[in-house]
Order: sequence, then structure tokens, then C-alpha cells
Amino acid sequence: MQDQLDYLAKRASAGKLSRRDFMGKASALGVSAAAASTMFATAAKAASHKKGGDLKIGSTGGESTNSLDPATYASQVPYHNGRQFGDTLVEVSPNGEIEPRLATSVESTPDAKTWMFKLRQGVEFHNGKTMTGEDVMKTMERHSNEDSKSGALGVMKNIESMKVEGDTFSVTLKNANADLPYLMADYHLIVQPNGGMDDPAAGIGTGPYKVEVDEPGVRHMYSKFANYWGDDGHFDSVEILAINDATARTAALQSGQVHLINRLEPKIAGLLSRAPGVTVQSTPGRGHYVFIMHTNTAPFDSKELRLALKYAINREEMVEKILRGYGSVGNDMPINAAYPLFDSSIPQRTYDMEKAKEHYAKSGHDGSPIILRTADGAFPGAVEAAQLFQQSAAAAGIPLEIKREPNDGYWSEVWNKQPFCASYWGGRPVQDQMYSTAYLSSADWNDTKFNNPEFDAKLLAAKAELDLEKRKALYSEMGHIVRDEGGLICPMFNDFIDGVSDKLVGWETDPNGELMNGQVTRKLSFA
Amino acid sequence: MHPILKLVSQRLALGLLLLLAASALIFVGTQILPGDVAQSILGQSATPEALANLRRDLGLNEPALSRYFSWLGGAVQGDLGTALTNGQDIATSMGKRLGNTLFLAFWAAVVSVPLAIFLGLVAVRYKDRWPDKMISAVTLTSISIPEFLIGYVLMYFIGVKLGWAPSVAMINDSMTLGQKLQAIALPVTVLTLVVLAHMMRMTRAAILNVMQSAYIETAELKGLSSFQVIARHAFPNAIAPIVNVVMLNLAYLVVGVVVVEVVFVYPGMGQYLVDHVAKRDVPVVQACGLVFAAVYIGLNMIADIVSILANPRLRHPK
Repeated sequence: MQDQLDYLAKRASAGKLSRRDFMGKASALGVSAAAASTMFATAAKAASHKKGGDLKIGSTGGESTNSLDPATYASQVPYHNGRQFGDTLVEVSPNGEIEPRLATSVESTPDAKTWMFKLRQGVEFHNGKTMTGEDVMKTMERHSNEDSKSGALGVMKNIESMKVEGDTFSVTLKNANADLPYLMADYHLIVQPNGGMDDPAAGIGTGPYKVEVDEPGVRHMYSKFANYWGDDGHFDSVEILAINDATARTAALQSGQVHLINRLEPKIAGLLSRAPGVTVQSTPGRGHYVFIMHTNTAPFDSKELRLALKYAINREEMVEKILRGYGSVGNDMPINAAYPLFDSSIPQRTYDMEKAKEHYAKSGHDGSPIILRTADGAFPGAVEAAQLFQQSAAAAGIPLEIKREPNDGYWSEVWNKQPFCASYWGGRPVQDQMYSTAYLSSADWNDTKFNNPEFDAKLLAAKAELDLEKRKALYSEMGHIVRDEGGLICPMFNDFIDGVSDKLVGWETDPNGELMNGQVTRKLSFA
Repeated sequence: MHPILKLVSQRLALGLLLLLAASALIFVGTQILPGDVAQSILGQSATPEALANLRRDLGLNEPALSRYFSWLGGAVQGDLGTALTNGQDIATSMGKRLGNTLFLAFWAAVVSVPLAIFLGLVAVRYKDRWPDKMISAVTLTSISIPEFLIGYVLMYFIGVKLGWAPSVAMINDSMTLGQKLQAIALPVTVLTLVVLAHMMRMTRAAILNVMQSAYIETAELKGLSSFQVIARHAFPNAIAPIVNVVMLNLAYLVVGVVVVEVVFVYPGMGQYLVDHVAKRDVPVVQACGLVFAAVYIGLNMIADIVSILANPRLRHPK
């Protein structure tokens, strides 16, 4: 039935089927009137896009060392590459719902331990092969087996077994997880022929654009794939240029050499928004800039000292001076309103010199300077942010000593190794994933060395809780614990700031990632 | 054996030794840097398990010395190996980048070397008068401004405001020569401004030095015009120091243009090397180092040979 519906939708978006005909034929297939109406609207919206044109994107985070192998993606250009040639089983929509991609529907057993993905039929890879359940399973195996080097290994570890039956791919978990579909939307998990076991970096996928030129660190060129299964992806070709220098990127957008750029610097964004022909799109996201303390290392093993430091940071000032207003204040927990099931009633912590002094006195710290490590590469403005922190803490009588580290090697030598340093998190689609990644006591990236049995128990309970109200309550309690007990000082959540040429139409706000969660080449078109 | 041939073969042998020493130094340097390629590839998202898997697959568990010698063995046979980070063949991907760097360096040299020498001659002709002072002032100013700043200023005014040349100089195989030249107009301008002063001043100083000689006075007395004196009698005798400084600047155009490449997003060797150093991709860093060292050694050798050829006293040593 899905095939026939897809066919109808395609005819409708090609303008070959009227609404009345579409509704009639769809209801004959057993689709409710409301659903059919939505489907037609989606199809018709696709029809209103002008087809064609050559899109050029200037992106930071491209190096000569990049590979098209989805398991290795760790920076922006590879991330956008994957979005062109590949598809995941499901995608997270701008509203935070699960959207079908290569899987048309997702169901779970009531205990949230086994998940069934119904696979789309007749999907063609760029090498001409038809996608099978076997390809999907091999892909997931490659990202989760013991040989895996995948960036998604962390989210795949909970899988106990996988199997394919007909057009259904099912996953059984070791521990229940109500958010599994969100994990499967991870951008590393691109379905490849035979799971990419043969040639992971071939760049063969099911996406709207197929690889034409692959010059790592320079440019990646794509052309529209004629047999693409979906009705999005309106350009004839897409070219991603690696422009790591922020000034060069901005100049390229202004001079019309590219149509889209990512990672505008906050200090430039305000000026660029006044330039003709371009729009600055600022999207509140889940990424946050942080200072992290190891809760198991002196002096940060004292809860009083941690609280003293949390009260000694001026969050509003940071948002204003470091982010230039392109962001929002944090609350010493990794969660903000961009997450589903966020409890907005958790009180906002503010800069409070008196409380900082009080907690500092209670901590009994000997008054020796507390070393805070930072680097320009920790996050944009990390050195300045550390200086602001130093000043606001000094006002409360807490001596901070800034130690500036080289960018090179910061993530291997300082982060997760030194007890107090600047860092950032890109955020995750759901609360469970964020907490499981970095706050569960056994997590690999537990960069605050947080070990709270009560928190761990609540996190496990929330994973298996399919009742949304109860889960929200659990998340709220967990938020309180991290905020008050944890080693995280979270002064701000940063916006994604992208520059968009006025020649493009169709922009929508998507908190899941920069450049509309990487969907710009699928959803935008030339005016 | 002809003394020149002997000299060249001596220099070549010495150059090869230097290359070997350079490769050992580079290898030691990359080993001292914190972190390794596995850590850099996986970045912040590295789990201990993924790290261990990657290290094993890349052969990083081998001792450093045996890795160096297995690389050296390959390099001697002309096999530079594959990049650890993305598995691409180093010779192929570096060849393309080297071609781009040489392309940019060539055109920068085509513009800057004749211009510098010409300006040097003009400066000598009008010594201590306004053309001399103006040439010196302008070229010294342009060499004193950091090249990235000149780059950004040109990018803003010529690229964005006037739209005469593209602000980013990205070239690729599908472009025609004309398109490529237009694309590199701005970086060539910047490089010219950077290397001009050095060569111009050296030309001026070398010729002025020769101009003190008695045979110049004779030439003037027999009635040659001042340009003829400079071109026929002074310049040939001043050629050795000029060639030296020209070669040094050519070497700079090949190996020292990282900043200009980054500013203009030019796909050359500099950016390629920086990326791989950041990722601790030792085989690529080694290969780039070898190429850079070879260029430097080669150009210096040419400079020496030319200055010997230009000077009969060196050509026929006693």
C-alpha cells in the first residue's frame, strides 16, 4: 500500500494529480480523509518549489583528512556530506517528532525493549542496487560491532540483537529505551549497501544527491540522483566548499560565491544582518558552552565549592558579551527549552555574590588560586568567557587562575583529563541521550565525573517509562540533581547562526542542527 | 670531472642526506606532539573502545622506530603510502595540491620577479630622488603589513565591494586557464606585495655596490646612457646576490604561503599540511616535509650554481 501511496504523492507533487483525484485514490487505499489531506498538502508544497539551480554552501570544519565514511564524521563538512548522499531510517522533525525516512513507521513492544522499523520498499542506492533489510542490518552492525570505530558507537552499545523479517527490521535492546527512534536518527547511521562493509568511504547511499567530486578539505560536488525515492531535494547540483576561515566565509556569501554559510561569528552576525542580499538566521539550539569540574577531584569534590563557583558566574553578561545576544542563559544543567519534556519551572540560577561568598566560606577552601583551563578552540570566545568568569568570581572573593592551553590537542590532553576546564556540548535530540552520554556514572564521556546513584536510578527508570507525564517528572528531578549536585557550570546555550542568500526560499527554524539540521539542500529552493 | 659537475653531484648527495635528516626530525616532532591520529580523528566523541579499535587498525601499536623505517622503505621506492585519516593515496592527493601551489607560486613569480628587478633598476637610476624614495616607501610598507591583513583588505574592497575578482580563490580541474587566473588574482597580488620589497631592495643594493667600481666610471666616460650602464655592465656583475634573494623568495612562494592559502581558501599544500599536522597523520606530514625540504634545497642549489656560472672567478677556482 505504501508504494502506491508514494506513487500517488509523487504524481501529485509533479502536478499530474488533482486534489480530488488524490483524495479519492488515497481513500480507496484505506487512508483516512484527514491523513490523505495532509499528504496532499505535503506533496503540493513540494510542487511549489522551483526545481533546478546549482547550490553552493560554504562550510567550516572541512579538512583534507575528511572521509566520506559515515562512521568517521566529527565535523561540519562531513556531516553535510552525509546529508547529501545518505539517509537514516528516521529523522527528527523541527518539532521534535520522529519523521519517516527509510523506515516508514516505527513501533515498539510495550516494554520499549524491542523496536520494529517497517522499511520503505523500492529505494535505490546510487550504484543501482535496491535497498534491502539486509543492508540496513549490516549498517547497524558496522556501527555497533566490536571492530567499530564509529562516532555512533556510544548510542549503539545498548543493542542486544537485530533481525530482519520481510520488510521489517527489528532491534532488541539490553535495557529498555523509550527514545530509541531518536538514537536511530543519528547522522552517522546512514544506510549503505551491505552496510558499507566493503567500501565504507565510497559515498554510496540513498540520498537525493550523488557524489560527483570528492576532494577532502576543498570541495564536495553532488548532482541530483534521478531515481531518488523522496520528493525533496530541488537543486540540480550541490557543492560544499570547505571555507574554514570565518572572514573568508562571510566574504564569499557577500560576494555571491556561495548561497549558504554556517557558523557565523556572533560579532560579525550583527553587522552582516545589515548587508544587502543576505539574511542572518539565528536558531536556538541545544548546544551549550560550559565550564566543567571533576566532582571526584579536590577541590571540586566539595559540593559547597561547586555551588560557590556556580553562583559566581554572571550568565547574562556572558550571553551579552560572548554570544552578542545570539543565545540564552543556561541553568547549570545540559537541558533547555529546546528539548521535549523540559520542565520550565526549575528556578533559574543567577549571579549572586553573597551566596557565592557563603558557599565558598563553607567549603573551607584554603584560598589558593583555582586553576581554570581554557583555549580558543574550547568554544568561540572561551578565553574571554574565562576572563569574565575570573572577574565575577574575584568580586565574590574566589581566586581563579586562567591557564591558557593550545587548541591543538585540547580535546585529547585537557578535556576529560584536567579537573576544571572550558568545553562545549552540541546537545542531543532528547534528554535521555544527553544525560546518558555525559552524566550517567558509567558513561564514557562523563566529563564531570558525576557519580550519583539516585540520578542513575532515575535515568534508567525514565528510559523504560512510556508515560510522558511520569517521564517528564523524572527528567525534572534529574535536572534538579545535576543543577545542584553536578560539576557542570553552564552559563549559556548558543544559537546556530547561519548566513542565507536572499535567492533561496523555504527556510524554517530547526533546533536539531545548523543549516536546518543539514536539510537545506532538501528543503530549500531558489526563488 | 668538470668542476661544475662535481659541485652539482656533491650538492645533490648532500641534499639527499639533508632530506633524510629532515624526515627523521619531522617524525620525531610528530611523535612529541600530544595525542595521536586515532584521538584526533575521533575528536571529542572518542570512546576508549573506538580508540582502541582505530589504533589497532592503523597499526599504531607498532613501535615508533619500526613505523619510521617501514615508511622510509616505502618512500625510497617511491611509495608514499596512504593517509591514515581517510585512506587516500598520498602521492595522488598531494600531487594535486602541489600542482596548485606551484601554479600559484609560478604566477606570483611571473608577476613579482620582473617587477621587482625592474623597480630595483629604476630605483638605482633615480637614486635618492623621488622615484627611488617612493618605490622604497611603498614596497617597504607592503612588506611590513601582515599578509593576512592585506588579504582581508583586498578581499573586502576588490572582492566584495567592487566585485572585480572572487574573494575566495578556489580552483578546480573543470576551470579554464582564464577562470583559474581570475580566481587567483587576489592571492597573487598579495604574494607579490609581500615578496616585492625584499627582491627590489637587494637588486638596488647589489647594483649600487657595483656602481662604485672603476669600470662603471669608464663606461660612463665612454658615453653610455645610464640605463645602458646599469643593464650591460652593472647588472651582470650584480646577478649573484640577486639570484640568491630571488630563489629564497621563490622558495617562500612554495613553502611559506600557508597564511595566504588559508585566507583565500586556496587548495594548496600549506592547508593540506596544516590539516594533517592537526590530525597527527604522520605519513602525510612526512611526505609534505620531504617535498618542502626538496624544494628549498633544490632552489638554493640552483642559486649557488647560477652565481658560480655568473662569476668567472668562481668558475675557475685556483
